[in-house]
Amino acid sequence: MSNTKSLLTIKDLHASVEEKQIIKGLDLNIKPGEVHAIMGPNGAGKSTLGYVLSGRDGYTVDSGSVTLDGEDLLEMETEDRARAGLFLAFQYPVEIPGVSNLEFLKASVDAQRQARGEDAITSADFLKEAKAACKQVNLPVAFLKRGVNEGFSGGEKKRNELMQMLLLKPKLCILDETDSGLDIDALQVVAEGVNSQRSADRSFIVVTHYQRLLDYIKPDFVHVLSDGKIVKSGDASLALELEAQGYAWLQKEPAEDELEG
Amino acid sequence: MTEQIDKALAREYEAGFVSDVESETFEPGLDENVIRRISEMKGEPEWMLEWRLSAFREWLEMEEPEWALVDYPKIDFQSISYYSAPKSMKDKPKSLDEVDPELLRTYEKLGIPLIEQQMLAGIAVDAVFDSVSVVTTFREKLEEAGVIFCPISEALHKYPDLVKKYIGSVVPKKDNYYAALNCAVFTDGSFVYIPKGTRCPMELSTYFRINEQNTGQFERTLIIADEGSHVSYLEGCTAPQRDENQLHAAVVELVAMDNAEIKYSTVQNWYPGDENGKGGIYNFVTKRGICHTNAKISWTQVETGSSVTWKYPSCILKGDNSVGEFYSVALTRGRQQADTGTKMIHIGKNTKSTIISKGISAGRSNNSYRGLVRMNPGAEGARNFTQCDSLLIGDQCGAHTFPYVESRNPSAIIEHEATTSKVSDEQMFLCRQRGLDPEKAVSMIVNGFCKEVFKELPMEFAVEAGKLLEISLEGSVG
Repeated sequence: MSNTKSLLTIKDLHASVEEKQIIKGLDLNIKPGEVHAIMGPNGAGKSTLGYVLSGRDGYTVDSGSVTLDGEDLLEMETEDRARAGLFLAFQYPVEIPGVSNLEFLKASVDAQRQARGEDAITSADFLKEAKAACKQVNLPVAFLKRGVNEGFSGGEKKRNELMQMLLLKPKLCILDETDSGLDIDALQVVAEGVNSQRSADRSFIVVTHYQRLLDYIKPDFVHVLSDGKIVKSGDASLALELEAQGYAWLQKEPAEDELEG
Repeated sequence: MTEQIDKALAREYEAGFVSDVESETFEPGLDENVIRRISEMKGEPEWMLEWRLSAFREWLEMEEPEWALVDYPKIDFQSISYYSAPKSMKDKPKSLDEVDPELLRTYEKLGIPLIEQQMLAGIAVDAVFDSVSVVTTFREKLEEAGVIFCPISEALHKYPDLVKKYIGSVVPKKDNYYAALNCAVFTDGSFVYIPKGTRCPMELSTYFRINEQNTGQFERTLIIADEGSHVSYLEGCTAPQRDENQLHAAVVELVAMDNAEIKYSTVQNWYPGDENGKGGIYNFVTKRGICHTNAKISWTQVETGSSVTWKYPSCILKGDNSVGEFYSVALTRGRQQADTGTKMIHIGKNTKSTIISKGISAGRSNNSYRGLVRMNPGAEGARNFTQCDSLLIGDQCGAHTFPYVESRNPSAIIEHEATTSKVSDEQMFLCRQRGLDPEKAVSMIVNGFCKEVFKELPMEFAVEAGKLLEISLEGSVG
């Protein structure tokens, strides 16, 4: 372990949904600039982890701690976590009819800038940035005028999520099965967008079921989540191993609490 | 999430203050003498008094309607005062300088400055305070264009023939219970006449304010757009916050002659009562317009106030090729009840109507759309398109849709679409995950839902309406 301060520290996290425990003692440590992939079988708690970290209603933390940049994340309201730099790219982005993408993005950026005590960005400057972001994720500029995700295809929705990420410039991005429902071309566009955003002060948690995405987004660490715990951690080669052997061999192994990223 | 939305909805009513104005108010009670006194106060011609009295006699025979999906205790019409006017208005101030500064301050506080230099350029205002019109601005400029815009009490003196010809021509005296009552006791309101071929050079606006306690407001508006003319008219209203219910029963009549166009927009923000349903305005209003050949009437309303609303701005499409439109946003929260919609009566050939209704229910409120589309046998080639969308916030409110369709012409086309949706947990979570607080999230989602209607409002009003909704939902202001 180097001396760099960690960005996200999760210690012995237990969390439940509707009184059913899903996360059962999870530890994870992410430093600035690192990309961590979280893989695992369906029902392992991968998406739940993203929701718990971002503070979705209905997801209850039973015990454990999470800090972001040294601050107690679990004490913060959902919107304050976002303003602190946590971004969740949704697996199934929801539609908000009648609210234009541009209006929504501007309001989000304004809210975050205001929380950080920065001046509001002018509409003209924001439009310029938004157009550039559209171009980068390969969405026609006309999408800025359309309702948020309204009538978008699956791929367009995912690219729209990415565009939001480009504009909000978060410290920690959680990509929740961003590859699901994408064809190979769309996958490449999304991966390129993510790669272009990799930097020394931005970290990623890439949640995915398949190794495929990791061909394009090279992780620094790969963790296997099973039954609410990280059961194995390694480098990028672990993903290939999983691809070849599946998850079954890991699920049979007794969980070792010492395993850590 | 429901908790956060409830918090976001618990707002204060900003227009709820009372002005300290000395008023001359009738004792509560209603009989023929009261009507004679009103008519006398206004110095009305004899025929007007006769008209009022005959309406009153009709009213006595009528029953209060009970078909609307609203629930309120029986109104005691003898406990209401039917006339109240600031004393300072008795000597008819001739200019703004002579108007009681307290009255001017009242409107300024409501965001309607009446000093012309401070006003939004391009909007002429008639300010009605309880039973009288306080002032009408920009009259000279309008007169240059031949446009008449004055209190209806004044029009009865200056243009008796026009008033006599058209009053009650669209909404007959015995049309309904509240309309008949209004005919008997109406006190003031606006009168508009746009001459042939004239495009009214500015937006016309009336701002209604109830101030006095235990007083009903019964205003009457009559707008006549002569052949080929065009006018856009705005109406706003507020009242103080009181524990007792107050009655507002207005009648609005629009006449669009051949090729004329009237756009009538309302932002209704009467006091809605408190969260337990105590107090608030009973808003029982009859609004109707008649379209002659190629004429067009467009109603746009944003209804956020009143404890009970009963209101159906309608169009009689009498002339061939005439067009009727109804765009409505009705927001109810707390214990508010709204039963609102429209009637489109297609009589002429190739007449067209469009109805877009957006109902938003929150808290423990009830919000109903009730609309009639009738195609008469002569309405060859007539068309209607209706879209009714309901948005529910929380799980204790109600949304209802009562569409009535009567088609007696096989060539007529009627389309109806209806949706009901909720502000979902997913939408709220997406907004908050991007850094928006819950209040901003709800107001943004609701504004998006209303977008189709807001774009029909005149510019200044659209901004105002958006703000009003945001404010309604934000918890800080009214």
